[in-house]
Amino acid sequence: MRRVVNLYRSSVGKKILMALSGLILFGFIVGHMTGNLKVLQGCEPAVAGDHAAGLSVASQTCAIDTYAEFLREVGYPAVPHGAALWGFRVLLLGAIGVHASAAFQLWSRARAARTQGYGTSKDISFTYASRTMRWGGVILLLYVFYHIAHFTTGQAHSDFIAGGVYHNYVVGFQSPLILLVYLVANAALCLHLFHGLWSATQTLGANHPKYNHLRRPVATLLSLVIFVGFMTPPVLVFAGVIS
Amino acid sequence: MDLKLKVWRQSGPDEAGGFVAYDAKEISPDMSFLEMLDVVNERILEEGGDPIAFDHDCREGICGSCGMMIDGVPHGPKSMTTVCQLHMRSFRDGDQLTLEPWRASSFPVLKDLYVDRTPFDRIIAAGGYISVRTGSADEANAEPIRKKDADAAFDAAACIGCGACVAACPNASAMLFTSAKVAHLAHLPQGQTERYTRVLDMVETHDTEGFGNCTNHGACQNACPKGISVDYIAQLNRDLFRATVTTAADPVGS
Amino acid sequence: MELNARIPSGPVEKKWENHRFEMKLVNPANKRKYDVIVVGTGLAGASAAATMGELGYNVHAFTHHESPRRAHSIAAQGGINAAKNYQNDGDSVYRLFYDTVKGGDFRSREANVYRLAEVSLNIIDQAVAQGVPFAREYGGKLANRSFGGAQVSRTFYARGQTGQQLLLGAYQALERQVRAGTVTMHTSKEMLDVVVIDGVAKGIVTRDLVTGVIERHAADAVVLATGGYSNVFFLSTNAQKCNVTATWRAHRRGAGFANPCFTQIHPTCIPPSGEYQSKLTLMSESLRNDGRIWVPKDPEDKRKGNDIPEDARDYYLERLYPSFGNLTPRDIASRRAKEMVDAGHGVGPMENGVFLDFKHAIERLGKDRVSERYGNLFEMYERITGEDPYDRPMRIFPAPHYTMGGLWVDYDLMTTVPGLFAAGEANFSDHGANRLGASALMQGLADGYFVVPLTIGNYLATVTPGSADTDHAAFADVEKDVKQRQSRLLDVDGTRSAASFHRELGRIMWENCGMVRTAEGLRSALQRIPELREEFWRDVRVPGTGEGLNPSLEQAGRVADFLEFAEVMCWDALTRDESCGAHYRPEHVTEEGEARRDDENFAHSAVWEFMGVGEEPRRHTEPLEFPNVPPSQRSYK
Repeated sequence: MRRVVNLYRSSVGKKILMALSGLILFGFIVGHMTGNLKVLQGCEPAVAGDHAAGLSVASQTCAIDTYAEFLREVGYPAVPHGAALWGFRVLLLGAIGVHASAAFQLWSRARAARTQGYGTSKDISFTYASRTMRWGGVILLLYVFYHIAHFTTGQAHSDFIAGGVYHNYVVGFQSPLILLVYLVANAALCLHLFHGLWSATQTLGANHPKYNHLRRPVATLLSLVIFVGFMTPPVLVFAGVIS
Repeated sequence: MDLKLKVWRQSGPDEAGGFVAYDAKEISPDMSFLEMLDVVNERILEEGGDPIAFDHDCREGICGSCGMMIDGVPHGPKSMTTVCQLHMRSFRDGDQLTLEPWRASSFPVLKDLYVDRTPFDRIIAAGGYISVRTGSADEANAEPIRKKDADAAFDAAACIGCGACVAACPNASAMLFTSAKVAHLAHLPQGQTERYTRVLDMVETHDTEGFGNCTNHGACQNACPKGISVDYIAQLNRDLFRATVTTAADPVGS
Repeated sequence: MELNARIPSGPVEKKWENHRFEMKLVNPANKRKYDVIVVGTGLAGASAAATMGELGYNVHAFTHHESPRRAHSIAAQGGINAAKNYQNDGDSVYRLFYDTVKGGDFRSREANVYRLAEVSLNIIDQAVAQGVPFAREYGGKLANRSFGGAQVSRTFYARGQTGQQLLLGAYQALERQVRAGTVTMHTSKEMLDVVVIDGVAKGIVTRDLVTGVIERHAADAVVLATGGYSNVFFLSTNAQKCNVTATWRAHRRGAGFANPCFTQIHPTCIPPSGEYQSKLTLMSESLRNDGRIWVPKDPEDKRKGNDIPEDARDYYLERLYPSFGNLTPRDIASRRAKEMVDAGHGVGPMENGVFLDFKHAIERLGKDRVSERYGNLFEMYERITGEDPYDRPMRIFPAPHYTMGGLWVDYDLMTTVPGLFAAGEANFSDHGANRLGASALMQGLADGYFVVPLTIGNYLATVTPGSADTDHAAFADVEKDVKQRQSRLLDVDGTRSAASFHRELGRIMWENCGMVRTAEGLRSALQRIPELREEFWRDVRVPGTGEGLNPSLEQAGRVADFLEFAEVMCWDALTRDESCGAHYRPEHVTEEGEARRDDENFAHSAVWEFMGVGEEPRRHTEPLEFPNVPPSQRSYK
């Protein structure tokens, strides 16, 4: 524990913790995106007597609903119902906490390190994305609140049915405004990952002369995969392909 | 050629500063940027004013004394070139240029474009060396060093300590400077003994000197007149992580 | 002025060993009671301060730079000699000793030179242990190259930045001692005078360049490692802040100045491009290995280099020195270039250079091979001149580069003022009338790591520690002098900048005491320098005040000292009525037109005693003997 505290105390250590928490969050994002693709599987008419699926919309069984139920059931009966999911949620919350608080501390350090700014300045960073990390991060955090209220707890949803993931999803993305919100948020996420993934390899010292030239393309590819993976189903919903 | 300069003038560390406009007239394209400033200063002096103060010495790009922001870019528009080696043929007649000192809380402005970079010495004093008493060295050829390691060490050791990395960094971080020394010594067998304590001590001093932290923008590498790579920062990070989570840097064995 | 070199007894090979045994030692427990001041933090100063700190002395190191790492040693390109004989080509300590004495044209002290060659071995060991990234072969062993016409490969190098890497090694060792608390670093503090109490050096007076405060610092011994005085020529390869102030002030306080006229000119520098020129940039001599030097035969030939046909070119070095050709020694190559330019053959917009042409080398080796060897130098040339050396011949001209003269020191590197030591380029000791390539770094580090830290103990053992006190009246007097000089500079309030006087002085020195010195020219210089000095004190304009950072004031103080120093340099050149090494008097040449030494009358070091500003200084001599290396006349025909 002393070592972790020491790590947190130094500016480099904060960055390392930021990279590690970022990678946890990235892992979640990959899982989330993969799960969302289940929307593409659509729904099948409910089989009589099958109570496990389609709780509210009893007439059909949707793949994503089954998947959502599965997430709640993971670990049962070894752990109580929903406990694994909650455990994971706590982990994510912790990761967000570490990520954001380290970001905040590094930001305030940087502010103190240059109290007088330049009259004329030119951005000579490697990429534009690196300069958007802080505000981009704040935007993403706000978006997460909205997103939870929209699809998890339902307060921000016009026609929310608990457990009816497919229903909520399809209804949600029929509005052009909401689609736009998600489009912007995912673009921000993509930009954040584009720099963040490369940056994490740098911070964790995962560099090797032989593979260094691959770091940037791989980060680009992964962030685009995330963007396309998240945005394909909503666009299809909006276009009426999925209903 | 004639140019217009907007120069940051500040009479002392605790005084307020501001931009003052100057004309640089009849400038030859063969002049170095500092020689252009010499000419401007000569004219200011003739007119009874106080010349623009800037640090400079060797004027061949190796001592690291000179450096200023020219239109928001450390050492000006030419890459891999210190301001003393920048020549006026890089500019055009009628150009307007803004000259500012390096800006960082750890580099207070002493006067005009002249800043105090002594924190760099303290970062080196924290561990940027190999402890070897004069006279205690082994025969130089006793330990072979792979050519590629010696070359890599040299690449990192080419840092001239000018501070352009700090000036360019959006966080005013001195991590490129610190990592260049860490990497130089970590590439050599002689540097291994103190490798992990060195990185801890140097980063700690870097932090207490008030520099910001690196967030991997890469502006430092683009600003560096010697082309020092941010790969060294990655190496520093790795060494620091190792020093923290393993026993590599523990002062005594268990 | 008593000149006792205190050369130890015994054969030359045993002198240093004998001396180390005979020297008095300071009790280890007492070392920390001794305060030692080191002024200058280049190779000699930084290494001396670091090593004395390690030994336990209480060291105070001063530099006028903001950081020790900015000292001009950092700009040395070529390399450092050491008699390691890693190439098995017959090198030895004795050969390096022999070459150095001969290269110095028999105007150096054998005992000192032998010691230099001896400790050269330790320097390389030390530097490698510190992490200096010298060039290596693929097998991992250290690489060497032949340098400056040496017949053996004994030069160690770190690309073209050997000085930088060695200085960083010494600087890091110094900072290590700062952390250990044995060295107190005083940055941005310029030494403006030495304090001598009862004939013994006891401290210095400095100006804090940031705050302007004049401070007194007392110590039991003072080491000056403040470099050379090439900037007396205004245009030189030295850095802008290099100056003679520390050694000149020490000279005024009683330290003899030896052989000030021995200055080295480097043949391959980039010629000035205009009146505004502030310094000259050196390019490695290695260029002469493949480049051919020439000028147009007809002074009126104004065609571009490439348009001049072969039969209209004069490859004058190849013509005059068929066996050495373009690789003739520095002084000859320099002098011949000047002759050509003076005779109207100069090339370039200001007609102030000669061509160094790589056309044949590119034809012979291919562009890639040439680029491999000289790419970085070509790049540097293009950056400065805007001309591409692959397409058109380079233009070069000689420039002042290094000064062999300096404060006279005995075998222990102590000046004629007890307690005042001089190390590195600041002293006169090892290079005689000319220095071999790659020997400057060697001497700076030899003095700093291995000589001064030992010999200073021999002196300190005779001194009661802490005997110096800044409350002593002598400190007050010196401080008053310093303050008066400063306010005098500020009060003139004339019309001209110090730089304009410096430029004018440089022109006088270059024309009359540069590569070629005639009695007539030197006499005219001795007339014009006092006039210029008088005008300086009447018409210089130093803006601002003594408080806070004032680069104009710093510069004016240094120029004022150059204006005094220049005279003794001319006196030395005038009274050394012979040609030797880099000192060339056209009155004394062989039938072949080469420098002719006069061993009968001038086999000595000339040591000057200060008699007052504008007064003719007094000349003393230290006779030189060469029992091991019999003097011979060199020939490069």
